[in-house]
Formats: sequence, structure tokens, C-alpha cells
Amino acid sequence: MKSLNEIVKRIPNIFSYNILLNINFRKIALILLPLLIFTGNSVKAQKAPEFSNKILPDNKTYFYFAADRLEYYSIVGLNPIVGDVQGYIGKDYNKFWFKAEGEALTSEKEGEMEFQGLYSRPITSYFDVQVGLRYDVAYNSITSNSRGFAVLGLQGLAPYLFEVDGSIAVSEDGDLSGSFEGELDLLVTQRLVIQPRLSTSVAVQRVEKFGVGSGLNNIQLGLRLRYEIKRQFAPYVGISWNRKLSETADLAKLSGADISVFGVVAGVKLWY
Amino acid sequence: MNKEEKATTNKISRKTFFRYTATIGAVAGLSTILPAYAFSSFKERDVLEPTGAENILDLIISEIPINIDGKKSTAIGINGTVPGPLIRLKEGEDVLLRVKNELDEDSSIHWHGIILPFQMDGVPGISFDGIKPGETFEYKFPVTQNGTYWYHSHSKLQEQLGHYGPLIIEPKDTDPVEFDREYPILLSDWTFESPYDVMKNLKKMDGYYNFQKRTFGEFFKDASEDGFVSAFKNYTSFGRMRMSATDLADVTGATYTYLMNGRGPESNWNALFKKGEKVRLRFINGSAGSIFDVRIPGLKMTVVQADGQNIDPVSIEEFRIGIAETYDVIVEPKEEKAFTIFAESLDRSGFARGTLAPSEGMAAAVPILRPRPKRTMKDMGMNMGDMKMDGMEKKEDSMKGDKMEGMNHGDDHKKEEMNHDMMSMSGMSSEPVKHGPDRHGLGAAAIADNQFNRLNEPGIGLGNDGRKVLVYNDLKSLEPNIDKRKPEREVELHLTGNMERYMWSFDGKEFNEVDGPIEFTQNERLRLILVNDTMMEHPIHLHGMWMELENENGIYNPRKHTLLVQPAQRISALITPRDKGRWAFHCHILYHMEMGMFRVVQVSDKNGGIY
Repeated sequence: MKSLNEIVKRIPNIFSYNILLNINFRKIALILLPLLIFTGNSVKAQKAPEFSNKILPDNKTYFYFAADRLEYYSIVGLNPIVGDVQGYIGKDYNKFWFKAEGEALTSEKEGEMEFQGLYSRPITSYFDVQVGLRYDVAYNSITSNSRGFAVLGLQGLAPYLFEVDGSIAVSEDGDLSGSFEGELDLLVTQRLVIQPRLSTSVAVQRVEKFGVGSGLNNIQLGLRLRYEIKRQFAPYVGISWNRKLSETADLAKLSGADISVFGVVAGVKLWY
Repeated sequence: MNKEEKATTNKISRKTFFRYTATIGAVAGLSTILPAYAFSSFKERDVLEPTGAENILDLIISEIPINIDGKKSTAIGINGTVPGPLIRLKEGEDVLLRVKNELDEDSSIHWHGIILPFQMDGVPGISFDGIKPGETFEYKFPVTQNGTYWYHSHSKLQEQLGHYGPLIIEPKDTDPVEFDREYPILLSDWTFESPYDVMKNLKKMDGYYNFQKRTFGEFFKDASEDGFVSAFKNYTSFGRMRMSATDLADVTGATYTYLMNGRGPESNWNALFKKGEKVRLRFINGSAGSIFDVRIPGLKMTVVQADGQNIDPVSIEEFRIGIAETYDVIVEPKEEKAFTIFAESLDRSGFARGTLAPSEGMAAAVPILRPRPKRTMKDMGMNMGDMKMDGMEKKEDSMKGDKMEGMNHGDDHKKEEMNHDMMSMSGMSSEPVKHGPDRHGLGAAAIADNQFNRLNEPGIGLGNDGRKVLVYNDLKSLEPNIDKRKPEREVELHLTGNMERYMWSFDGKEFNEVDGPIEFTQNERLRLILVNDTMMEHPIHLHGMWMELENENGIYNPRKHTLLVQPAQRISALITPRDKGRWAFHCHILYHMEMGMFRVVQVSDKNGGIY
């Protein structure tokens, strides 16, 4: 009855204009109201939309593209251009993630590249599991080799704020390999950032065509100092040391390549 | 002073309402973009009051040019100004507010804190379909309350673009607050970027607008002050948890200009007073993403109202105002000089400022921003007692055993039957409450293992400099609450988020992930418990009904429409849902709401009806 009274109180003001009739109207309304509701003609019935959980942009598709490294690597006689880009298109829980990384020498026609297309899904607050395909190409003035992989990876933010990305891959020939990279941002000032970076790869089988030996392939250490002119645009300078290891180093030696290179890098990090 | 005299005083004060004389010349160029109350020489026509037998008031939403401290941009204004006009209603009247949308997208106006039929609440998709371009919506409702409120868009990110304004309702009876003069002070934030870009930036990069992160320099400074080991431990413990001690505001002074009645700090909004007058300042935080700490150096402030509800006057020197909250204060300047009204953003990345002075064009010294504070282990829900830090004692308690077991039902919202022993306890305790086993999934990057009362804490960065700062425990309603029943059940909701992914939610679930509304029954008595599992403050707003904050004042618990919940805080409010319908319930940080920190509360009668 109390609730009914509440409703009655909301009855349009035309009734309450006549103070003398006010009480009578209330009483009449109390009797009539259930009837009105019953017949579906509720007082001032203004239908509101049905419940929907789709009224916010909280499940929106975003597009992200980042060139983490676009740099010139100053190594005597080689001077490669290095590119490392990635990005996604998707929502919080389902993303298509793409990655491309490679280097091309400026001194001669030689280079290697890898492209990945992955389905990415968060499995913890900070990590996404990624599955998909990778395609590698290595070329020089004489030949060009390529191979495809199936990839399973984990990418995210590790404790102590390391950005990490690790994956294992099986090639079309059944060769198993793995790779890992991690980096950390250390702030000198609000815009000047030192970024140590480590990457390494490992293979189970020896694949000579690609200069890959069994065991640890290489380790690459870099230190870059960038200045964020804008968050999205940061030129940098740094150093990078790349050392081929174990059998991979032996293969490099046989082909007359350096097993250890060290050089200065200069480039730009940008994202959209 | 008897009642009649009081009424006369108020009548006079209404006439002199915002009568500030001003340097019109200097601001003539701005006259199209600022509301009249942002000027001097205030004329009565500048206050918008309903007219005619039907109490009609017309509002037009449109794109307008805006000028913030000399820099031009485009905003969404109401009746041609940002903020919109000051709407003045009278308690006890029925009003018809006709809102025309002249934008080329849908719009809406939500009357923040107003108790009304839910179809008039102005939330597109919940209370109505929104106002289509070119259309006019008629908001018709009885005004059943009084006090300081505001109104704003509930569509997309329009609020960030200037779509807000003050709303004052005069009491039907004598105002218990005495004053000679009054001003609304609407604080807000403005960005020259598109707010849609702001949202994208936040989504794509954690800490995009934070230019106050900890650096090497700060580490060495901390190490020299606290010792290397202590500093190292502090930095690495934040790092280990993948949290930032400087996570204070998502959007900062790096892009925001903070406004006082639509004016940037350079433009120095002016309010006038005569020596000996009681000046009522009605503060409204109409920001999209900024919490402010307000003080007027040289003047004590007496807080007389919070969220439009009269409270027992509290004399303070500073108060924090969460987004969407309102506080009315009385100041009585005894000297003929200028006073700066200073509103620092919580993260100290900027400020809004104006001047209270005996004549136009005066300015007082503007304080320098205090250093930005740092989050603590307590903000991350760690029990300082356990950690033996900070000299806080961990009590050996019999308390924690039985009774707290009862409190510690973590996530079990469905548990509706509660024993009466528990009900007789107040919702809160000074002992930390442990988090339940549900960690809310990946939508919650962290949980507060220990949940603290914190009602006596003014908040991060406040209370350490000798100033008397308002705390939630100071708020005591002037009138007793009507419903004296004990709660029949409890609803517990956790405020959760993942800063790295920029996902915001309740109980780890974004709004798009829930299947239905939170169910309330009309006229039931319930306790709403909010637990902040994140490391940031969240102003939580419940539409359509009051939240009686349980701060140990019993039937004098203050009624709030918005609760600013501190990190790792466990806070509770009693609610009697009187009006049926579907009501929005959300974090009032605009970007958190848009990202899913949002729910619908459905109040049904016993038969399940909402009409």
C-alpha cells in the first residue's frame, strides 16, 4: 500500500491544483490505479528502452600500429637498416596481432625478414597468448629462401615492468625453434628514456639454409636512449651488440660472416 | 534571527545574486562563450528560471566557439555558453525543461543528483532513447529537493567538451544556511585534443598523460633521504606488482586546462564581496577526469552542504572534491582584500583559480603547486601492520575472528540472507577487511588484500601540512534520515581496473560482459558496500536514489549521490530505493565509465514491475 501511495503522489498536478478535491482524488486514484495498471494504461506510461549492455563503447575495436625500432645500424661495411614493427586490430579479448621484423643491408643486396599474423587473447591481467603463422625470408644477390612456421607465443608485461615477448615455432619441415625478447624503460627525465633490450633465439635442429645451428643461436643486447618529443614520436640513439653462438656461430664462420657485430644505432620509435 | 527576517535576507541576496561588477571590456570578446555568472555585472536575467504557469525553461545544446585563456577551440555549449546557464528551480514545483539538440549527433541532459521519475533521468539507452539531432525532449518532473546540483550530457564524451552546467534548487522552506551573497563555482577540465583521441591514447599507452613518473633523479633523492635499501625496496615493490606510484590521474595537466566557471587560470574568474558579508560558494566538480583540492588561503571555510544536502557546519581550511560531488561553503572575509580560490588537481599537474575580492580586477598571490604525492603500500591494499612499516600497530584482535568472518564474504553478492547480529553492526570497521577468494579475473590487475575504512583520511597528498582538511567522517546530515530500518541485505561491488590494458569494471567485468541489471526492490532497505580494488580514487555515482554514507552518524549519516572511494577503501551506504525504474550506476571519471565501469540498477516492485 505504501508503494501505491508513492505512485499516487506522482499523479499529474492537474489534480492537486484544486486543493479541496485533492484528498478525494487521491482516494479515487487509489482505487482506480490498480485497474489502470491492470489494463496496461499506467499513469504517464513512458516506455524506457529494454535493458541492454551495448550502450557504451566498452567493447570497441582499436587499431594500433607501432614501430618499436626503425633504425640505421652502423657496422663497418654492412650498415643495415633494421625494422621492428607490430600492432593489432581488435577488442579487449580478441585481437589480430601482426609483427614484422627484419634487416636489409645497404651495402649489398642481402637481408632477412619475418612476418607474423597471430590471434591474441589475454590470459592474465598482463599477458596475452598468441597463436598463428610466421613466414621467414632470407635473400641475397644469388638466392632467396623462405619457410613458414606455426607459432605459439606469450606477450606482455612481466613483474618489474619488463616488456617481454617469447614464442616457440615449428617450421613447415618440422624444425623446432624458440625466441625471446625483453626490454625495460628507465626514465632519466619524463621524456628521456633509457631502454635496455635483450633478444635471443634457440633452435633444436640445424637448418643450414638459414644459417641456423642447433642450440642457442645468438644473443643481442642493446641500449637505446630515446627522447619522446611526443609520446608517439621518439628519436633515439644507442648501441647494439649481436653475438652468434655455438653451432650458429660455426656456420657463420664457414660462410665468412662475422660472428660478433657491434655498432651504433640511430632511429625512431613511433606508434599510432 | 527569526524566520521572517531570514527569508528577507535571502530575498535580498537573491537580488544581488552574483552581482559582480567587472572589467567587461577586457572580456567582451568572450561574452558569447562564457555564462553570465562567469562575469561581473551579473544581471538577473542571466539566471535561468522556469516561467509561466507550466514552469517552462528552454535549453539548447549546440556547438559553440570557445576561448580558453586566449586559445580558441570548439565546444558543446548549452544556450551558447560553457558551462551552461545557471538553472534555478524551486522545491515543490513541477517543471518542464525543454531541451533542444542542435548537434549533429544524439545528445542528452542528466540532472545529476535529482530524484525524479527514471524516464526523466536523461541517460540514453536506459531512461530514454536520447535526443536526436534537431529534436526537443521535454523533461517534466516535480522538484522534491533543494540544494546545489548540476546537469550534464550522458552521451558519448560530450561532457568533456563543455556540456555541463550548475543547477540550484531553492528550498521550499527557510534555508537553514544564512548568507548574504552566493556564487556557483563549477570546476571542470578542458582539453584542446579531441576527447576521443584522449580515450584512444589512454587505451594504447599506459600513463600516456603522466609526466610526473618517478625518474632516476627522484630515486637518488629518495635514496639519500630514506636510505638506498629502503628506496630500492619501495621502487622494486611497485615494479614487481607492475604498478606505478605516480598513478594519480589518467588525464592530467599535460593536456588539461583546469577551469573555474569556464575560465582558465590566466583569465582569473572574479567573485565580489563586501567586508563582513557571508558569502556562500557552491562548489561543483563538473570535470570529466579531475579531482580537485580546494582552498582559499587566508580564509576558513565552513562546509554547510555536501551533494546538495545540508550538513552540520564544519570549519575547515581545505577540502577534496571528487568528480560530480558538490560542496557548499560559507566564507566571511573580514578584510578588504583579494583572496585566491585555489583548486589544485589531485596529481598537482595544474590548477583552476579565481579571485574573491572587494572589487573587480583584483588578484591575490597564487600558491605554488604542492609536490605530487606518491601512492603507498596501503593504497595497494597491503596491511601496514603486517609489514611492520610506518609504525602502525597491528592489533591482536578478538574482533577479526568471528565478526569479521561475517564481513568477509568477499564476492558473494548473491548471499542475501544475513544474520541480524551482523546487520546491527555498522557496515565498516577500523580493522582492515580481507579480500575474498575471487580475484575478479584479468579485468582486475590487482585486488585490495586488505580493505580499509579510510573515512577519517582526507586522501592522498592531503592533511600533512597542518591544514584542517575535510574528511568523510565530518559529514553529518542536518536532518535525520527518514528510513530508520536496518538493512535487510547487502550488495557488495568491487571497483576494479587494469591500467595497463585500460579496462575498467565492477567485479572485473566491463558493462558489456554482464547480462542484466543489479536488482533492487522498491522500498527495501539495503546496504551497498563498495570496495576499491584499484590504486586510484573512483567517484561512484548512483542515479535516482540517495546513498546514506555509513560514517558512524547513525540516522544523521549524510546522503550522497556520489561517493569518492579511495584506493583499498571499503565503504558502505544504506539505501532505500523509492523510485522504480532503471538507474545508471557508474564511476564518474568519464573515461572509466566509457570503458565499462558501469552498471544498471533496476528497482522493481514486488511483482517485478518497473513502471
